[in-house]
Amino acid sequence: MNSIIHVNEKDNVVTCLRPLSKGDSVEVEGKSITANADIPVFHKMAIASIEPGGVCYKYGEVIGDATEAIGIGDHVHLHNIESTRGRGDKQL
Amino acid sequence: MKIKAYRRANGRFGIRNHLLVMPTSVCATATAERIAALVPGAVSIPNQHGCCQIDSDLSLTQKTIVGFGKNANVGAVLVVGLGCDGIQADAAAAEVAETGKPVKHIVIQECGGTLKAIAKGAELAAPMARELSMQEREECDISELIVGLECGGSDPTSGLASNPTIGFASTRLIDNGGSSILSETTEVIGAEHLLAARFTDPAQREKFLSLVKAVEDRAISLGEDLRSGQPTPGNKVGGLSTIEEKSLGCMYKAGTSPFTGALDYAESVPDEHGLYFMDTPGQDIDSITGMVAGGAQLVIFSTGRGTPTGNPIAPVIKITGNPETYEKMPDNIDINAGRIIAEGATVSQIGEELFDMMIEVSNGRMPSAESLGHREFGIFKLTGTF
Repeated sequence: MNSIIHVNEKDNVVTCLRPLSKGDSVEVEGKSITANADIPVFHKMAIASIEPGGVCYKYGEVIGDATEAIGIGDHVHLHNIESTRGRGDKQL
Repeated sequence: MKIKAYRRANGRFGIRNHLLVMPTSVCATATAERIAALVPGAVSIPNQHGCCQIDSDLSLTQKTIVGFGKNANVGAVLVVGLGCDGIQADAAAAEVAETGKPVKHIVIQECGGTLKAIAKGAELAAPMARELSMQEREECDISELIVGLECGGSDPTSGLASNPTIGFASTRLIDNGGSSILSETTEVIGAEHLLAARFTDPAQREKFLSLVKAVEDRAISLGEDLRSGQPTPGNKVGGLSTIEEKSLGCMYKAGTSPFTGALDYAESVPDEHGLYFMDTPGQDIDSITGMVAGGAQLVIFSTGRGTPTGNPIAPVIKITGNPETYEKMPDNIDINAGRIIAEGATVSQIGEELFDMMIEVSNGRMPSAESLGHREFGIFKLTGTF
């Protein structure tokens, strides 16, 4: 069984198919990527750097924007990406 | 391809033969439940509304419960009203009777109270149940099936495994002349551009996009982040971070068929078969209720975290893409699409299994939720009660 699934070549995150511990390395498209944190099963890991405000892609589509700088191997979840839709809190 | 089902007077086919005891309002619900409890084979629906609603909201409630009465899985109906409620028993009964099925109604205030209404209701319902018990299944084409597509308690395995499996089975059904309904408008936000491109009729495409916009606008009008409620806490623990990510996984349930049309909540599926979208909320129970009111006789439901949900009149087949959930909740899950992730099975392999089970369940096999008596029911409301 693969450790990760990279759904679309455009995606800058992968889905982990087993829990990763900080320091675990997995191979993604021929490159070795090391987890910077413990990442629970089926959660996402960045495979490219994403600038603050940069777009996060999964399925080749936008799933949100980075709220802080995201590095290769970072756990990508509620703490560092936000939705771009249904944001009543951002209305003037 | 054939299934064996119950023929109705209007030419439709039901895959179950329920006697529905249908309360027109919350004031009649307890009485209806007691009548149903006295008559084996009868089922009631826990209507929590039906009074003190403004017209558009009341009409939606009436459309929903009448849709249950009209559903081909229901062979006969006893309507129970209080008398002073917003939905009048005789009017609701007349609407259901348009299908040609046996329909009777009672009014609690006219019967003279709870006990007399229960006695009168059971006296009317028991012969209807006996009549239904004599009906036999007949062979009909699988194209008679309308299947509701649902996902709930999603996690990232839903988009990767179980929803694509449902999509495979839905496409197979539509290729055989049947119909499916994709639902849950909230869980289209972020994926609507991909689905909109599959509508064959530009007017229906515009309607679909306006339905999605209306739901997002409603969330925005509350001045809060939609993420406070969607994805849900369990979705987030599972690994879904945003509504866009959830939606992009949910949409796989729609397979690869073109969309024939976009329906309002509880709107009857038109005679033209194919893939439809229905405007329902992401809350599973309200969503399934809307699709069954629209005519769905069967529901296929994917879950990542695991959920027990069933329906009072339509069997619900449960499939998970999460191998651990399949192990943890064996009572509730019918099909293990976790084998796609854990064992390298293909979507088409599990999709064939699901399609075979859809045929078996159509022919009478009970899926887990039905065998455990899960009969969750909830009507979507436009606004609060007045």
